[in-house]
Amino acid sequence: MTRTPFILRTPSTLIVLAVLAVFTLAVTLLSAAYGTGAIPTSMVKTLGMTLCLALAAVAMDLVWGYLGILSLGQMAFFALGGYMIGQWLMYARTEGIVAASLSGNPIPFTPQELRDGVTNQIFGVVGSAELPMVWGFAHSLTLQLILVVAVPGLLALVFGWLAFRSRVNGVYLSILTQAMTLALALWLFQNDSGFRGNNGLSGLQNLPGLDHVGQARLSVWFLWASALALGLFYVLAAWLVSGKFGSVTRAIRDDETRVRFLGYPVEGFKLVVFTLAAMITAIAGALYYPQAGIINPAEMMPIASIYLAVWVAIGGRGRLYGAVIGAFVVSLLSTWFTGGRAPSINLPGYVVNWVDWWQVALGLSFVLVTLYAPKGIAGVFDLIGRKEDRA
Amino acid sequence: MPICAQANPALEAVIADNLEGLERPSRLTVEPLVAQIAGTGPEGLALLQAWSERQLGLTEDGRAVIIGDDDTATDAVTGQPVPEADPQMLRPNSGVRGVIESALVAGALNDPDPARRRAALESLARGGTFEQLTALRGALDDLDPALAARKARLERLLTIQVGENSEARVTAIEDLAGDVSLDFRAALNPLLVTRRVVATEEPQGNVAREIAIDSDELPREAAIALLVSEGVLEPRLTSAEQRAALAANLSDGTVGGVPVADLSDPDARDRAYEALEDAGTVPPAATEAEVQAALDAHRVYELYAEPDPAVTEAARAAQIRAQVRLGAMQGIDLGLDALSLASIYFLAAIGLAVTFGVMRVINMAHGEFIMMGAYTGYTVQTLVSDRTLSLVAALPLAFAVTFGAGVVLYRLVIRHLAHRPLETLLATFGVSIALQQLAKNIFGTQARPLTAPAWLEGSITINDVISISSIRVAIFVLALLFLALFLFIMKRTRLGLEVRAVTQNPGMAASMGINPDRIAMMTFGLGSGIAGIAGVAIGLFAQVTSEIGQQYIVQSFMTVVVGGVGNIWGTLAGATLIGGLSKVIESFNPGNTLAAQTFMILFIIIFIQFRPRGIIPQKGRAAEA
Repeated sequence: MTRTPFILRTPSTLIVLAVLAVFTLAVTLLSAAYGTGAIPTSMVKTLGMTLCLALAAVAMDLVWGYLGILSLGQMAFFALGGYMIGQWLMYARTEGIVAASLSGNPIPFTPQELRDGVTNQIFGVVGSAELPMVWGFAHSLTLQLILVVAVPGLLALVFGWLAFRSRVNGVYLSILTQAMTLALALWLFQNDSGFRGNNGLSGLQNLPGLDHVGQARLSVWFLWASALALGLFYVLAAWLVSGKFGSVTRAIRDDETRVRFLGYPVEGFKLVVFTLAAMITAIAGALYYPQAGIINPAEMMPIASIYLAVWVAIGGRGRLYGAVIGAFVVSLLSTWFTGGRAPSINLPGYVVNWVDWWQVALGLSFVLVTLYAPKGIAGVFDLIGRKEDRA
Repeated sequence: MPICAQANPALEAVIADNLEGLERPSRLTVEPLVAQIAGTGPEGLALLQAWSERQLGLTEDGRAVIIGDDDTATDAVTGQPVPEADPQMLRPNSGVRGVIESALVAGALNDPDPARRRAALESLARGGTFEQLTALRGALDDLDPALAARKARLERLLTIQVGENSEARVTAIEDLAGDVSLDFRAALNPLLVTRRVVATEEPQGNVAREIAIDSDELPREAAIALLVSEGVLEPRLTSAEQRAALAANLSDGTVGGVPVADLSDPDARDRAYEALEDAGTVPPAATEAEVQAALDAHRVYELYAEPDPAVTEAARAAQIRAQVRLGAMQGIDLGLDALSLASIYFLAAIGLAVTFGVMRVINMAHGEFIMMGAYTGYTVQTLVSDRTLSLVAALPLAFAVTFGAGVVLYRLVIRHLAHRPLETLLATFGVSIALQQLAKNIFGTQARPLTAPAWLEGSITINDVISISSIRVAIFVLALLFLALFLFIMKRTRLGLEVRAVTQNPGMAASMGINPDRIAMMTFGLGSGIAGIAGVAIGLFAQVTSEIGQQYIVQSFMTVVVGGVGNIWGTLAGATLIGGLSKVIESFNPGNTLAAQTFMILFIIIFIQFRPRGIIPQKGRAAEA
C-alpha cells in the first residue's frame, strides 16, 4: 500500500505555493527592472523583506503554534543571521574600496596594509585599531554562509538544552527567551563587542562585485531568493508537521507531561524544533538585511520578537499559512499606517492622525483578536471550509 | 591686591627708614624689618606678598610700588595707580623670601579674624615650604577647636611633604597611616610618583623596582617606544613611511634592486629599504634585529622622584593600608548602592509578583502602570506648586489611578483569559503598546521632569567614600513600608486570608464561600496600585517618558522568576540578588553598564538551571498548577 504524498494531503500547502508563485511573478512583471515599473524599487524591497518576515513567522509558528513554546527571542536569531551575512558583505565591499585606493601608489600593497585599511574603514567609528576576533572568517563568503546557520543554531541548541533540561516551561520560558534576547542586544550595543556597537553594520545593500547590476535588478533577485526560501521552508515545515513528528509536537503542546509518560523524549523533540526554527529564522534574516541595507542591535530588542508573536497570533497560529498571512497583513499595514500616507480621520474636535494612533489601534485590535478570535485571520478559512462541508 | 584710598602713614615711615634694608636685605637683618612691615596693617602684608613674589619695585623718589600681573604699577602705601613709573625691581634671594613667607603665614595664622585664619590654612593645604611649616608649628593654638584640629592635621600633612628630616617625615606618615581621607592620600601621592628609566645596569637614586620588558605592564611596543624616546634606538619606520620612502626612490621598475611587483611582501620591502640605506639615499632606520639587540641590552627601572628611600617605603606601606581600608569602605558604599537598587526592583516587582502568584498571569502592561504612576506624579506637580504637598498628594492618587486601571484591565481582558497564561501575556502586551502610544500622544515624546522636594535633594555623606542620595534612602524606606503593609494585609486581614486561600486552591476556596473572581480582581488592582506608587518613586530620580516602564519590566520579571512565585520573601530575595549582582558586576567594569546587564542576565539564565522554581519555591499542591 502506498501512502498518499503529503503534498496532496495538505492542499493548503499547494495553495500557498501557487499564491507565492503568482505573487512573485506579478511583482517581477510590475518591477522597474523586468517589467512595467508600476512598482518602484523601494516597494519591491519592502515586499521582498516582507517575504523574509513571513518566513520568520513560519518558524515562529513551528515553535509556538505546534510546540507550545512562546519564544520571545526569535528575532535574535533573525538578527544574528543578518549580522553573519552582513560581516561578509561589509568586509568584502570595504576590501574592494580599500584595495582600489591603495592601488593608486606605485608600490603594491602588502596583505597587512590591506587588512589595516579595511579595519580602519570599518572600525574607525568605534575607535578600534584591530580587527576583532569575531571577524576572522569575514573574508570568506562560504564560511560566513555556514555561520549564518551555525551561530544561531548553536545558540538555540545550548539555550534550549539548558532550558528544556531543567523543565523550564510556560511563562517562565517566555521570560527566559526574552532575557536571552535582551542580553544579546545589550552585548552588541557595546562598542567593544566587535560588531560596531549601536552603529551596526551598514551599506549591506551593495553586493561586492555587483555594483554594475544596479539596485533595481538586485531588489528583484532578492525577491526571488526570498520567495524561493519561503516556499522551500514552508514545504519543509508543512511536511514536518503533517506526519508522526508533527503529531508528537502537537501532543507536547497540549499535554507535555502525558507525552513524557508515554515514553517520548520530550526534550529531544523540543530541542530539534527549537533549533531548526532558529536556523530557518536566521536564513530569513540573512536574506532580509541585504535588502534593508543596515542592521543594528536595536533590531533584536525584545519588542521585535513580541511583534513577531503578534503577527502569528493575528494570522492564526497552529497553521502555517496563518503565520504567512499575519506577517503580510500586519507588517504591510504597519508600514502603510506609520508611513504617513494613510488618510487622517476628521472627528469633530479632533483629527485622528494615523502616525500617532496606529500603535493604539494595533494594540487594541490585538487584544480583541486574542479575546474573541483566538484562531486569528486563518480562522475565517475554517468558516468557509465548514460551509462547503454542509453543502 | 587690596586697593585702599587711605594712605598708611606707618608703612610710609617704615619704608622711608629702611630703603637700604629693602634694597639689599640680608638673612640676618631682614627679620625685624619684615615684622615691622607686617605690623602696619593690610597694606604692609600686601607689600610683603609682592616682595616675596618679586613684584615690588622702588622708584627714584623712594616710593615702593607693586607691579601687578598686567604690568600696572600701584603705590604700596596709598594704593593709587602710579602712571609712567619706572621702578627698580627688588630681587630678594630665596632665604629672604622664606623669611617673608613664614612671616606672612604666621601673621595670617594668628589673625584675630577666624575667616582669615581658615583662608590661610586652605592656602597651606595646597602645599607649602619648610618655613611655612615652621610658622604653622608656632601657631598651633587656636581658640576655635575646629581650626585647632585642622591646624594639627595640616602640620602632620606638611611634615610629610617638607618635614625637616627623614625621621620626622616617616613619623608623620606613620601617625596618619590607616586614614582614608582625600588629603592624606593626596599628600602621599607625590612621594610615590615614579618615572621609567632605561639603563644598562641599576641606576643611582631611589629605585622602586625593575620592570620586565615584554610583560603585561610594559608590552614590547611600549618598551621600544621608551627606548626610542630615550635616544638609545633609532625610530622604526611605520609601514606607510617605508612605503613612501620606497615610492620616492623608484627607478626602472625596481627599488634598491628589488622588482616593484615583489614589494607586496614585507620582507622584500625591508631588503629594498636596506639597499637604499646602504646607498645612503634614505636615513637609517632600526631593523628588527637592531630593535631586538637594543631590547636585550637594556633594562627598565622605575625611579622614585622622592630621593629618600625611608620616606618612600613608609609612604608605600601607608598607601597600601589606605587602599585596603578604602576597599572596605568602597565595599560598604557598593552595598548601599546595591540596597537602593534592590529596593527599586522590589517596588517595581512586588505588584507583578502578586498577580503572578495568585493568577499565574504575567501582566506585560505592568511597566505601563509604572509609567502611569510617574505621569500621575508629573500631572499633580503641574497643578500643585508646593513640591512636598504635590508628592504627598501624588502617592495615593497614583495608587488610585493604577488600581482603577488594573481593575478595568482585569474585568475587560484578563478574566476572559483565565487558564490561558500565554494568551494573557500577549493580550496584556497589546494593552502595553496601546498605553505607551497613548502616553506619547498625550504627554509628547520629550522627557518630563518629576522634581523631588528640596528636603529630598542632596545626599547623606558619611566620609569621602561613603555617601548616598536622600532620594534613594527615601525609596528604601518606601520599600520597607510596602513590605510591612503587604505582610500586614496578607497575614492579618480578611482579604489576605481569602487571597491565600484562592492562591492555594481556588476550587476549595470557592466552595467555602469566597468569590475567587472578586479576590483576583482585588489582587490585580492592589498589584497595579503598587506599580503606580513605584512609578512615582522611580520618576523622582529618572526622567519620565513613555518608555520608563520598559526599562524596569524585564528586571521586574527577572526578580519574580529568580525569587520564586507566590511568596513576598522570594520577591525580596530576588530583588536583593539582582540589585546586588548588578552593582557588583558593574563595579568590576565601571562605566560599562551594558556589559554588566548582559552578564547579569546570563547569570540569571544559568541560575534558573539550578533552581527552576526560584530561590524560595512554592510548595504543596499549588505548585503543580
